[in-house]
Amino acid sequence: MTKAISVSALHKSFGRTRALDGLDLAVESGEVHGFLGPNGAGKSTTIRVLLGLLRADSGAAQVLGMDPWAQAVDLHRRLAYVPGDVELWPNLTGGEAIDLLARLRGGLDVRRRAELVERFGLDPTKKGRAYSKGNRQKVAIVAALASDAELLLLDEPTAGLDPLMEVVFQDVITEAKAAGKTVLLSSHILAQVEKLADRVSIIRLGRIVQSGTLGELRHLTRTTIEAETERPATGLEALPGVHDLRADDGRVRFAVDGGEVDGAVRKLTEFGIRSLVSHPPTLEELMLRHYDDALPAADRHGTDGTNGAQVAGSQGAQGDRGAVR
Amino acid sequence: MTSTPTTTAAEPRMRDATAAGGAGAALAGTGTLVRFALRRDRVRLPVWILALLLSTLSTANSYQQLYGAPEDRASAVETMGSPAGLAMSGPRHYLDAYTSGAMLGHQMLGFTAVLVGLMSVLTVTRHTRAEEETGRAELLRSAVVGRHAHLAAALSVAVLANLVLALLLALGLAGLGVEGIDAGGSLLYGAGHAAAGLVFAAVATITVQLTAHARGATGTALAVIGAAYVLRAAGDSGESGALSWLSPIGWVQRTYVYVDDDWWPLLLCAALTVVCAATGFVLSTRRDVGAGLRPEKLGSPVASGALGTPLGFALRLHRGVLLGFGAGLFLMGAMYGSILGQAEDMLKDIDQLQEALDRIGGTGMAEAFASMVMVVIAVVAAVYVVMAALRTRAEETAGRAEPLLATGLSRERWAGSHLAVALGGGTLVLLMAGLGFGIAGAASTGDGVMVPELTGAALAHAPALWVTVGVAAVLFGWFPRASAAAWIVPVYAFVVGYLGQILQFPGWMNNLSPFGHVPRLPAADMSWTPLLVLTLVAAGLVWLGLAGFRRRDLETK
Repeated sequence: MTKAISVSALHKSFGRTRALDGLDLAVESGEVHGFLGPNGAGKSTTIRVLLGLLRADSGAAQVLGMDPWAQAVDLHRRLAYVPGDVELWPNLTGGEAIDLLARLRGGLDVRRRAELVERFGLDPTKKGRAYSKGNRQKVAIVAALASDAELLLLDEPTAGLDPLMEVVFQDVITEAKAAGKTVLLSSHILAQVEKLADRVSIIRLGRIVQSGTLGELRHLTRTTIEAETERPATGLEALPGVHDLRADDGRVRFAVDGGEVDGAVRKLTEFGIRSLVSHPPTLEELMLRHYDDALPAADRHGTDGTNGAQVAGSQGAQGDRGAVR
Repeated sequence: MTSTPTTTAAEPRMRDATAAGGAGAALAGTGTLVRFALRRDRVRLPVWILALLLSTLSTANSYQQLYGAPEDRASAVETMGSPAGLAMSGPRHYLDAYTSGAMLGHQMLGFTAVLVGLMSVLTVTRHTRAEEETGRAELLRSAVVGRHAHLAAALSVAVLANLVLALLLALGLAGLGVEGIDAGGSLLYGAGHAAAGLVFAAVATITVQLTAHARGATGTALAVIGAAYVLRAAGDSGESGALSWLSPIGWVQRTYVYVDDDWWPLLLCAALTVVCAATGFVLSTRRDVGAGLRPEKLGSPVASGALGTPLGFALRLHRGVLLGFGAGLFLMGAMYGSILGQAEDMLKDIDQLQEALDRIGGTGMAEAFASMVMVVIAVVAAVYVVMAALRTRAEETAGRAEPLLATGLSRERWAGSHLAVALGGGTLVLLMAGLGFGIAGAASTGDGVMVPELTGAALAHAPALWVTVGVAAVLFGWFPRASAAAWIVPVYAFVVGYLGQILQFPGWMNNLSPFGHVPRLPAADMSWTPLLVLTLVAAGLVWLGLAGFRRRDLETK
């Protein structure tokens, strides 16, 4: 496999703010690569450096084998970009903006364009100033996907889309992947990346803190197990890799390191399992572990149960936000 | 309408009940919104008011100085009495006692009424439709804020601004001590401004109900102001003046302030204000928040072929402004051209202008006058050129350059296409002004040679315009945050080129402006060398600007 994107030791500062601080990133050809991080971690800055819109202070970046700063135009003919905050021209219709962007990129597939407009439920006759944020986002997505780009750089592309459109977006990206396109998908919506990405890089304060397949990353985290047993389960705390144990009245709940699940479950069977629920680690948990220091102290030392509840809460909040917009 | 007054408070879904029992509730929060609006406009409105006040006071003062002697006033009556003169000023009756006060009412009032109208329209739009468009009004409306509160608050702020202006004008003019300007007349002069402002503020309360966008609402209201001005111009230049009676600006001028001091035409303004504002309030209950009464116009679902090229796209973005300036400069040129024939009579008695024109040289008074007009035309064209060239910066900061520059479009071609429109558009705008000036000038002087002569004289300023584009390009490329400094070029050109002629600035100040090197056609002889040098400088600056833009980071949101 060849590398579609390879970046090493990238630095970029804006005045005193250090946006990128030695970032390394590798994206293989043909994969969907999740680029995860909280707001302000440097995701957009990275993508803009990869587009040659910003010039890195130091470090090396290659996109499709080209230098994004020196060969920006040649590079842009082979990729498509969806910014996180799409601004359109107030007096141009959405359809005109789609055609404009696609033609400047080197043409578009008219049938594909019509199909995407239909699937996203976009009215291409409205003027740019009349679109909501979600609809502006759709314009950029349609323009990017209707062209024949081999690399898609998507910077939080679904911000403002409702959950239904989010599903359409996931289908479309899956199709793009099947067609052999490479996708760099930046997001802080973790469920989306989890569904689409082959590999994930987590960025924090301008630096990649974790990179690998979802399987590899899960290995680093803990599975949560909830069980109801006939007799109260005891002695679990003595097992290696078991954390945050909480037991009351025949119910037990704990987190266990990826490699130690087998031992924990064997132990549980000794007490007669009535029911067993296990939660695989979510990307939320991965993130929380990497951004642990950013959380208030009370949350940090809470049990896995409270952590889980918090994660569920934040997921719910994201869902709500998507729906309201 | 099934509602009865007794159920108003409890019935949540009644749109028409507000006028009756719910009037108090419909206005809830108005006071707070007024204070909020005043806080937001704490710089804008004082600047408007002071600018209008000071320009009026200094104009009154200059009338006293320029037309102090009776024979000067008599010659002014002669020039302003022509149909063209009346079209540009006001009704003929002012000429019967042409004191400094009467001149103010005749020449200044119609012009400032337009500006007061503009101030009022922008104020009302800013606090109603613009707020709704951004969604901020929705946020406030969800609080304890009545249905009519936004409109009432916006109108109140406009009323307040107009009253303050009226009061300051009355006090300022009365205190000026200029002959022919008395206290009673000054009060009417100020009240006339407020009356005009309120009419157009009330017009804006209607237009903001029509479209979903502030731009459309402002545009429609400004079109009403424009129509009012055109109607009075047409009426005043004709015999009967009947058309002027259809125009609020005409009504204000028909107070014959400082001549007859009639207050009653202002009653017409007051009546129209009440009718329009009431209509606005009623219409506002017939629509949803954020929506307009007129549905949004739809456009083409696909782009035309021309839109796919960078230049075609840039032209599309610049189209409106370019056409506006082209038409405006053509009319401006035509207006100056229409009085070119009388330039001799008009100017020969004004000593200061006479001296300035003598320095320009040339064979006739008309040619000297034409050279001076060229400076004004060039400055207005330079304003266009700066606007067009800075469009690059506006697109960049709005975040609209980013998706384009992520396509196969290079930075040079993107910025270059906008600059090309500025270069070509500036030239076109000059051509339009020259043609308007030439055609109307040929008609008023009866000399057909004016058409090529004045068109050529206008076009001679093109290289200086190109240098202006170059200055903007360099700022954009190397000092993007200071791009707005490009406005210094037209401002400086005006100060030096226009006022400097009269006030006799030293030559080096003139040389600093690119326009200072343009031969003063048609009075002076043509000289190609400076134009060639200016063109080369312009090319160098544009190249330098693009080189800078190629090297710097794109500014993103």
